[in-house]
Amino acid sequence: MLYREAGQFKSTYAADQQIFPILQDRVAIIALLAVAFIVVPLIGDQYWLSAILTPLLVLALAALGLNILTGYAGQLSLGTAAFMAVGAFMAYNAMLRIPHMPILGAFIIGGLCAAAVGVVFGLPSLRIKGLYLAVATLACQFFVLWAINRVGWFSNYSSSGVITAQRMEIFGYPIEHARDKYLLTLLIVALMALAAKNLMRSETGRAFMAIRDMDVAASVIGIPMMKTKLLAFAISSFYCGVAGALYAYCYLGTVEPEAFTLDLSFRVLFMIIIGGVGSILGSFLGAAFITLFPIFLNLASKWLESALGIEMSHAVVSNSEAIIFGSLIIFFLIVEPNGLARLWQIAKEKLRLWPFPH
Amino acid sequence: MKRNLAAAAAALSLFAGTVAAQNEQFIPANFYWVGPYAPGGSGFGGGMIDYYQMINERDGGVNGVKLTWEKCETEYNNARGVECYERTKKHPPTGATVIHPLSTGITYSLIDKATADRIPIISMGYGRTSAADGRVFPYVFPLITTYWSQATVMVKFMGEKMGGMDKWKGKKLVLVYHDSAYGKEPIPVLTDMAKQYGYELTTIAVPHPGNEQQAQWLQIRQIKPDWVILWGWGVMNPTALKAAAKVGYPREKMVGVWWSGAEEDVLPAGSAAKGFFSAGFNAPGTEFPVMKDVLKYVYAKGKGEFEDKARIGSIYHTRGVVAGIVTVEAIRLAQAKFGKGKPITGEQMRWGIENLNIDEKRLKELGATGLMPPLKVSCLDHEGSGLVKFQQWDGAKWKVVTDWMQPDRKLVREKVEADAAQYAKEKNISPRDCGKDGM
Repeated sequence: MLYREAGQFKSTYAADQQIFPILQDRVAIIALLAVAFIVVPLIGDQYWLSAILTPLLVLALAALGLNILTGYAGQLSLGTAAFMAVGAFMAYNAMLRIPHMPILGAFIIGGLCAAAVGVVFGLPSLRIKGLYLAVATLACQFFVLWAINRVGWFSNYSSSGVITAQRMEIFGYPIEHARDKYLLTLLIVALMALAAKNLMRSETGRAFMAIRDMDVAASVIGIPMMKTKLLAFAISSFYCGVAGALYAYCYLGTVEPEAFTLDLSFRVLFMIIIGGVGSILGSFLGAAFITLFPIFLNLASKWLESALGIEMSHAVVSNSEAIIFGSLIIFFLIVEPNGLARLWQIAKEKLRLWPFPH
Repeated sequence: MKRNLAAAAAALSLFAGTVAAQNEQFIPANFYWVGPYAPGGSGFGGGMIDYYQMINERDGGVNGVKLTWEKCETEYNNARGVECYERTKKHPPTGATVIHPLSTGITYSLIDKATADRIPIISMGYGRTSAADGRVFPYVFPLITTYWSQATVMVKFMGEKMGGMDKWKGKKLVLVYHDSAYGKEPIPVLTDMAKQYGYELTTIAVPHPGNEQQAQWLQIRQIKPDWVILWGWGVMNPTALKAAAKVGYPREKMVGVWWSGAEEDVLPAGSAAKGFFSAGFNAPGTEFPVMKDVLKYVYAKGKGEFEDKARIGSIYHTRGVVAGIVTVEAIRLAQAKFGKGKPITGEQMRWGIENLNIDEKRLKELGATGLMPPLKVSCLDHEGSGLVKFQQWDGAKWKVVTDWMQPDRKLVREKVEADAAQYAKEKNISPRDCGKDGM
């Protein structure tokens, strides 16, 4: 009833091609952005801002990066965490070694270095596909962490291989408080999500999808295989690299290479599988599910304990959280193999007809 | 109207009364009960909580202030550790008094945050070694002993076994380490000592979690080292011992870090572990009066943390008890200065830890003689002791084989100060002035 497009006429091509052609969607997204930019910083306490929302946004950006590569261009990658590590450590080195480096410039340098690494490790994609490519990117994961661990230059010869993020400042305004870090992250993530959405609607994005759906057909209709695949690797790694830099600078503050293990790569991969492969929204939904759900389970078990007045052994609680989380992932994938984004799309289609489905 | 006001005032004062009666001191218990490192996390955490429970049951808290805690699962993962810290730091009624991250990685992630929030970190036997320089790290306390102290004592111990430090010349030493910030901590000190004593050092990394070490041990068989230092953690330890047995490397020539020297680290390796040495800053057993009190006041009432009674008095358990002792003593000291019988803040707790002085006399009063070394912290020195003992696994239990051994204080302190100064420079911190006497 509320969600109906009857009466909304489009009289220009621009109106027809905008990202949210339906008025209700535009209102909803503006409201969401307003809440994220204005209401959340005002009412959110430090716990929410720095421990929940900031990592959520950062991981959503990493998932977005992987989604460009895997979801849109169809190249399976297990090197996400490695690209994030490159972004984090190169942003640190840019800040350290280049005098008067602005922090945003350092993030971009981190992203560009990650893109370069991505292109190098994307080369095998010209010859191999699917799971075999995943194995090749797995090599990237191990190689990058090995290099960061072994080559002292990356961590400025820190004995433990740990880097500590420098102080951040934008136009003389220090970014220290959790609120500022959240806003900086949110701004970068929002802009990059917008860019990704538009990119995917452009010729490049369509070329990605053509390669994903059938690469022989794509090359027959004249899409340059090498350029497009490597571009997909570069853009995806750039996103992951910026996410890694944000992870170090806006979230953890101090990072050891161990923060970017294969574990994290898999987590990001799960995010896009659960959120929705080949969907911008899915990256955000997936990241929310994977990061928030374990914390929610952890809190819920505490409420349950106090509500029921029983005392459970903490080891049992911790282990059962992992079990519940795992079974929910399986449940979701059985119910909707195309991810949460698809569920959302179905809900929208139903809403359009509601309350008169026929 | 007037009567209403009076009633309201009475109600208010009553409310204030209940708040005051709620005399509690909150301490977060952010440990880990799942994953490859769960034996360490649950053991250490269990010991610490058991001790708090014992203080509550036996003494009714610290001067009447009850200790409270809440568990949070960190999974030994930096991100989860930070989340737990943020969740517990404002926990009523006092906020986090002090935090034991029980992970070198999490400690690193929390140094800046906790310093800004004025919550002291006790990283007892782990964490950033250079935090021992209290001028640069006012809120971080790597108490009792640090990795660098331990590395120097290990080299000394092995030297003594060979019959003197001069015997090191031309010998080969291999460090097998957990490939993380934790595992890399000793490398600079061992490298420096290699120059000093003339041994040849090879470092071999084992990737997390360490349940696959065939290649590393084949490499060790080729090198044929005189000694191997095992800098392991969790499942990596028994795997290393089994792999050593497979390639025929004598376990009597292996010395483990204190996170390799608990029952959980050797029991899964079975007979392969026999003869293995390890360092330690706490002794196992239930013979200490304080452990008897834990049994009497906590386990006899069914309030203990362990369901498996065999773990009571294990290395990790008593190490947790030591952490509890240190924490409670600092609270006691801070109360003595800032108000007896009243909850303290993180800042006051910082003062308490910095002025800790647990001497032999106090250890006897606590019933912990021999359980832990004496400890004296100061503004300059946030380590406080540096003493290490060695123990050997005889196939059934850990047998302490040395007395408390002194680290090479000069070497360690020089490196600590250099590293802390570099950190201060990177972060634009001007070190505190500790005064002439270093207090």
